[in-house]
Amino acid sequence: MPASTLEQVRNIASDIFGIPVEKITAESSPETIENWDSMQHLNLVLAMEEKFGVQLDPEDIEQMKNIGAVAALVEKLQSAAR
Amino acid sequence: MSNSISNSTPAEHNPSNLRAEVDKLIAEGAFDLSARRLAELWRRDPASGTASFVTSRLEELREKTRDKLGNTLALTKFKLAILRSFTVEPIVPLLRAEAFAYGIDLEVHVGDFNTFVQDMLDSQSTLYRFAPNAVVLAVRADQAAPELWRDFADLAPEVAQQAAERVVRGYEQWIGAFRKHSQAALIIHSLERPSSPSLGVLDDQSEAGQSGLIRQINRELRRITAGFHGVYVLDYDALVARHGSEHWHDERKWLTARLPIAASHLLHMAREWMHFIVPLSGRTAKVLVVDLDNTLWGGVIGEDGMTGIKVGSEYPGAAYQALHRALLDLSRKGILLAVCSKNNLDDAMEALEKHPGMLLRPKHFAAVRINWTDKAQNLREIAQELNVGIDALAFLDDNPFEREQVRAALPEVTVIDLGKNPLEYASAVRNCAAFERLTLSSEDQQRTEIYAAQKQRAGAEQNFQSKEDFFRFLEQEAELEPVSNLTLARIAQLTQKTNQFNLTTRRYTEPQIAEMAKQPEWHIFSIRVRDRFGDHGLVGVAITHDEGEQCEVDTFLLSCRVIGRTVETALLAHLAESAAQRGRKRLVGWFLPTKKNAPARDFYPQHGFERQEANGTGSLWAMDLKSSTLRSPDWIKLKVATSLRHGN
Repeated sequence: MPASTLEQVRNIASDIFGIPVEKITAESSPETIENWDSMQHLNLVLAMEEKFGVQLDPEDIEQMKNIGAVAALVEKLQSAAR
Repeated sequence: MSNSISNSTPAEHNPSNLRAEVDKLIAEGAFDLSARRLAELWRRDPASGTASFVTSRLEELREKTRDKLGNTLALTKFKLAILRSFTVEPIVPLLRAEAFAYGIDLEVHVGDFNTFVQDMLDSQSTLYRFAPNAVVLAVRADQAAPELWRDFADLAPEVAQQAAERVVRGYEQWIGAFRKHSQAALIIHSLERPSSPSLGVLDDQSEAGQSGLIRQINRELRRITAGFHGVYVLDYDALVARHGSEHWHDERKWLTARLPIAASHLLHMAREWMHFIVPLSGRTAKVLVVDLDNTLWGGVIGEDGMTGIKVGSEYPGAAYQALHRALLDLSRKGILLAVCSKNNLDDAMEALEKHPGMLLRPKHFAAVRINWTDKAQNLREIAQELNVGIDALAFLDDNPFEREQVRAALPEVTVIDLGKNPLEYASAVRNCAAFERLTLSSEDQQRTEIYAAQKQRAGAEQNFQSKEDFFRFLEQEAELEPVSNLTLARIAQLTQKTNQFNLTTRRYTEPQIAEMAKQPEWHIFSIRVRDRFGDHGLVGVAITHDEGEQCEVDTFLLSCRVIGRTVETALLAHLAESAAQRGRKRLVGWFLPTKKNAPARDFYPQHGFERQEANGTGSLWAMDLKSSTLRSPDWIKLKVATSLRHGN
């Protein structure tokens, strides 16, 4: 069983925000993660696109309010592409 | 596109275990090993997230080793400034991680959006205060040539032509100003052609169309940069084309974040920059050591025999011929080739000598090790035979087990990862930045022949009773010449890569040498050596600096293939003689020890210099010119070129 999308997103977020993966949950957001500024938001978007082979629209990017939302968005885009 | 350094390698560690291991090793203080694992992680998973992890751990290592990364991890420090018209920030971690994998500790300064003109013109700008080793001018056509890019359809032909000329004049002025304020290397992005020209297919029916004018600007850029030392063009237009314009660009990111490059191509931008940074930082490979079975040909010669191995002009043998061509291209750039293979010597030599499909023959290899010994040991011997450091070797082998063994035993070697498909071998070699060169001297192009002559010399030496008889037999001729435009690039190259017979190991760039040559109190000589076996080419450099009654030797170096043949004495005698002619009373010079320059340690005392002082970095030696008995050996025929005032 491959790692779930949420798990993969948490791992990438851990790399990008520089905090241990255990401390990142579906609820983690710019309010709870200090490093999550606009530049890191862009880095997170780029890492998602690179990892999952999806393209995020500006409207999608606005919806990425927390880690759970990011994972849900990736899953939606992946199933739409199938 | 696969980069040589970054293809995946099989190993027990998966990336997340590797992350944990890196952190554990750092906590335990095993910095060397943690750095090796960090590089392995990057090779296995070169993605944006990994880049953030790698750069953050690199910072941690820097802190833990009290900023002595260079000493503890043998990394080369390099400072790069990026002047830009678009968002490059997400590329920076990828670039730093990639640099780390090449042994470079890269510090990056990013200029503000579109302030590149002010930055280059103003000598007080943050750009110059950063004191970069190299600067990238990453400006896109929409900024550099806005009229041609946006409003082309509105322009009358002569107005468009004038706009193109104005763009070129702009570049010419910026580069000129930059050179006045900095001796750093400058890498200029060429302008990309629009993927959909304003006039559609009509555009390409004339050279004066939108694409034609951008091509014209790019041609002119090359003409301008050729007039400067250390200014280079990065063919951005070709880079975009190579990856496909439609895939390279991401219009959404451009409009929302001023980032024109798609997420999946940011790494390719970083790697293209690395192709300049690696040769500029000197972390290049001088020798590529290749395996034979399943690397230079398909199959195993000892089992499949001459008729069974696959190499030739048809598939599947054609994949191996493509690799041969890539290796021959390296050889033409002065990179030596060597063989290291576990085989029976006779079987393997028969294939190398006689197989009709082989483009590479024994004459193309400067050293050959075909035996059953451990490869790391063979690599050590090859480095010794060719008189280069272990870190000058690169290693190409289809067998992941051999690659891992070499990495573990000799971490300094550039190990090129190969995937399973031989069709990708040639590009793995071509994409390795360690083989890039930014200038090419005639020595580089003849290096394989030069080494072949060296083997003959070594053979001849054994037939002589005394060294002196051998020196007379060699009939050496040395030609001394002040620096000129023809030798400047080679002189800078020698200061950057000579490690062993180098008294001070001061590295100079071409612009720095050019600047020095303008100062009347500085003298820069090159020495060219030939003998009965052939021409060694330009193999030595001496730089002196007059001050008051004394002349100080700033730099004195010789390529190791001529040392021990008394050429060094001839060069030093010439320095003494010309200093005396200029009225100097003393010749002085520092010996600054490094890990590698032990061969030069006794040079001054052996030539009658007295030690004046010593400190933590080295020792200062001096010789009184009046009482000097230093003479060039009579078996060397010395030619001194008439001293034009150099640099003019």
